Amino acid sequence: MLLIKNVTLVDALGERGPADVLIGEGRILSLSGGEAERILDGKGLLLAPGFLDLHAHLREPGQEVKEDLASGLLAAVRGGYADVVSMPNTTPPVDTPEAVRALRKKAQALGLARLHPAAALTQGQEGKALTEAGLLKEAGAPLLTDDGRTNEDAGILAAGLLQASAFGLPVAVHAEDASLRRGGVMNDGPLADFLGLPGNPREAEAARIARDLEVLRYAVRRSPKRPHLHIQHLSTKRGLELVREAKRAGLPVTAEATPHHLTLTEEALRSFDPLFKVAPPLRTQEDIEALLEGLLEGTLDAIATDHAPHTQAEKEMDLLRAPFGIPSLEVAFPLLYTELHLKRGFPLKRLVELFTDGPRNILGLKPIHLEEGAEASLVLLDPKERPVEPRNFASKARFSPWAGWVLGGWPVLTLVEGRVVYQALE
Amino acid sequence: MRFKAELLNAEEMRRALHRIAHEIVEANKGVEGLALVGIHTRGIPLAERIARYIREFEGKEVPVGMLDITLYRDDLSEIGIRPQVRQTRIPFDITGKALVLVDDVLYTGRTARAALDALMDLGRPRRIYLAVLVDRGHRELPIRADFVGKNVPTARSEVVKVRLQEVDGEDRVELWEREEA
Amino acid sequence: MRHLLDFQGWTRGQVENILDTARVMAEVLERPVKKVPALQGFTVATVFFEPSTRTRISFELAARRMSADVVSFATQASSLQKGESYKDTLLTLEAMGIDAYIIRADSAGVPHQAARWVKGVVVNGGDGRRAHPTQALLDTYTLLEALGTLEGRKIAIVGDILHSRVARSNVELLPLLGAEVWVAGPPTLLPQSLPGARLTPHLDEALAEADAVMVLRLQKERMEAGLIHLQDYIAHYQVTEERLSKAKPHALLLHPGPMNRDIELEGTLADSERSLVNRQVHNGVAVRMAVLYHLLVGREG
Repeated sequence: MLLIKNVTLVDALGERGPADVLIGEGRILSLSGGEAERILDGKGLLLAPGFLDLHAHLREPGQEVKEDLASGLLAAVRGGYADVVSMPNTTPPVDTPEAVRALRKKAQALGLARLHPAAALTQGQEGKALTEAGLLKEAGAPLLTDDGRTNEDAGILAAGLLQASAFGLPVAVHAEDASLRRGGVMNDGPLADFLGLPGNPREAEAARIARDLEVLRYAVRRSPKRPHLHIQHLSTKRGLELVREAKRAGLPVTAEATPHHLTLTEEALRSFDPLFKVAPPLRTQEDIEALLEGLLEGTLDAIATDHAPHTQAEKEMDLLRAPFGIPSLEVAFPLLYTELHLKRGFPLKRLVELFTDGPRNILGLKPIHLEEGAEASLVLLDPKERPVEPRNFASKARFSPWAGWVLGGWPVLTLVEGRVVYQALE
Repeated sequence: MRFKAELLNAEEMRRALHRIAHEIVEANKGVEGLALVGIHTRGIPLAERIARYIREFEGKEVPVGMLDITLYRDDLSEIGIRPQVRQTRIPFDITGKALVLVDDVLYTGRTARAALDALMDLGRPRRIYLAVLVDRGHRELPIRADFVGKNVPTARSEVVKVRLQEVDGEDRVELWEREEA
Repeated sequence: MRHLLDFQGWTRGQVENILDTARVMAEVLERPVKKVPALQGFTVATVFFEPSTRTRISFELAARRMSADVVSFATQASSLQKGESYKDTLLTLEAMGIDAYIIRADSAGVPHQAARWVKGVVVNGGDGRRAHPTQALLDTYTLLEALGTLEGRKIAIVGDILHSRVARSNVELLPLLGAEVWVAGPPTLLPQSLPGARLTPHLDEALAEADAVMVLRLQKERMEAGLIHLQDYIAHYQVTEERLSKAKPHALLLHPGPMNRDIELEGTLADSERSLVNRQVHNGVAVRMAVLYHLLVGREG
């Protein structure tokens, strides 16, 4: 039994409290105290439902030099995540029920965040032949995706949406037109022209979202069940407009945004530091403003990290050769708590929802609200500010575009079904 | 810095240079094969004046060149402020010539050493003389001047300032004391 | 300026200072002994992640003419990728006591990255499409030699602007000295914008009343990528005697080399009186000597 006294509660329903939260048997037993072996003073802290990340590259199997389940899931709980969806673009790709089961089993033994291994939409993520959606679902895959690659074959994507719909699986897409983005390594435009870096145009994202929404329309027309298309890491104003229109038209589409697309712009590339090389690329302040609107109004359903660890040496290559990706599991919430909520007044209730019920809904999981009887997958957050120190990361990627940023809202205790999986309390 | 004394006034400077001009012609037994090379910055107007004096009393033109020794300095790898590199312009072939290097002050000898190296890279003179307005001692290299306007015993803490009409608007040599910081 | 990465943050005075020094260096190169001891004791490394014999030789000669020790490190970036990073490579050189690194790479920004890692001085020897500052300096030097001043002069840069580091560096540098710069090329090979230059897809517009024309090399890769049709390019963008009649009567011609005769320019033009091509190559060594002197010796006074 654990008692957290005097803590402010925050979830998708809003802020309340302070309350004395009694936790036992994996549940919240009471909001008004009780007997406990361990009592924590929660004064000045925030208690929220444990976060769910829809989009993390944990690199196992095959790329353990970048990250593995142990380091990645520890990074997750340090970031306040109780649940993580891992991307299947590993070596080999996760495209069989056996692979999904093996990952889940290994993750369970670690006793950190719960792992939901996404499976490939196509065999080997090659975009040619579908994987076995039904068996993958039964093995525990939360969604299907060829993320890491783009879905160039519209017909295969259509078939994938139809097939997945029968089993209630979302299909998540990295929406960029590969032929339009070509070798682009940053946002296309005057800055890329000035810096002499190949540009990846915003239209590459918009064009692919537009196509995928038509593919979804087709799948909706053809399927007796409702297909579900999920747009990953939406980064442009135009892309957002397309999703907004589609949602208004009733299309079953959801979308996520990443911490980096919400806090960084292409200006960062002036440093020529491949740390800022990511796909889709960092855009402009105008895009950030549009994304914030999208988060508020619900066009965007979730914040997902796209945590993409690489080795230090890979990120010390040049901008043409360094791999795409930014690690962010450990900073995502404090970053947005500080930059969006504290500095820009983004409502905390909605921010927490975007880390909890928002992504949970996409996967068809029950919401977690801080009420008696609720699942005790929780995170305790400390508003006290401290700088981002990548050398202390649990992730193997000990670098960060936000290194040195002073942030508040750091997780100090993470619980999964009542079990303490991370604590950093005195 | 603190002013200590005037070493030469305009008239004394003129007389010293005049004497040097005579000594040069005497040493070379005439002006045949003679050429002057002034070292940037103040060596150049000094060389031009000496050439003018020679013309006045010999009626013959002695060619004058200008030499920048910056690229031959031996302290470039440890220097604080980067010295401006200036043009070297020697509009005659120095091979076989009797050259007179002209500078304002002879001190450690390092500038003269650099100038000698620079000249050697430009050709093979028959011989090289050194003429200076002031020799203040404290040599760090085995170098001596052939023609000296004025010998001045100095302390290392002192500074000799040569001011020339062409550069500074007046002819005057002063002794200053560098004050402890 | 501690490094020469591009011309961002450079003042006209700083550039003119280097060009003044380059004029002295040019005189050194005319002497019987074409060498000065200025950089004795300094070690200069050419670190080329992209092959370029011409630029490397020009830099090495510049360093040797000033008595620096020179070491060369050349590798293909592709072979570096496995295991050793750029940083490892540079830090290995650093441990050997290098004072200046001339860095050439096919990706924009490698010299900027290097400047964060090494204690020595970094000179950009050409990085991807980004910059080739010593080329722009030698182009400027050559133009000044011929024109006396760039104040109010119109310079046209013609060809594949989008992929050209030479164009970008000249567009940064020439306006600093008062020139009006126009860039012209087919729309597929033009950037969206380039601060400092006027853009046009029409060659004649750029050439009109130009004092000098800088012709860029058209890379075969652009044709292979389907970005341009060769015959169309020749018909509309080749610089010919006839098209040059739109420019000032004695308009000058520059080319950073190597040239594709009869593709980007009419073959005979390169050898005509207008052509400064050989002066450019000649001046390259003096300009690079000046750059090394300015970066290695002391700080600005």
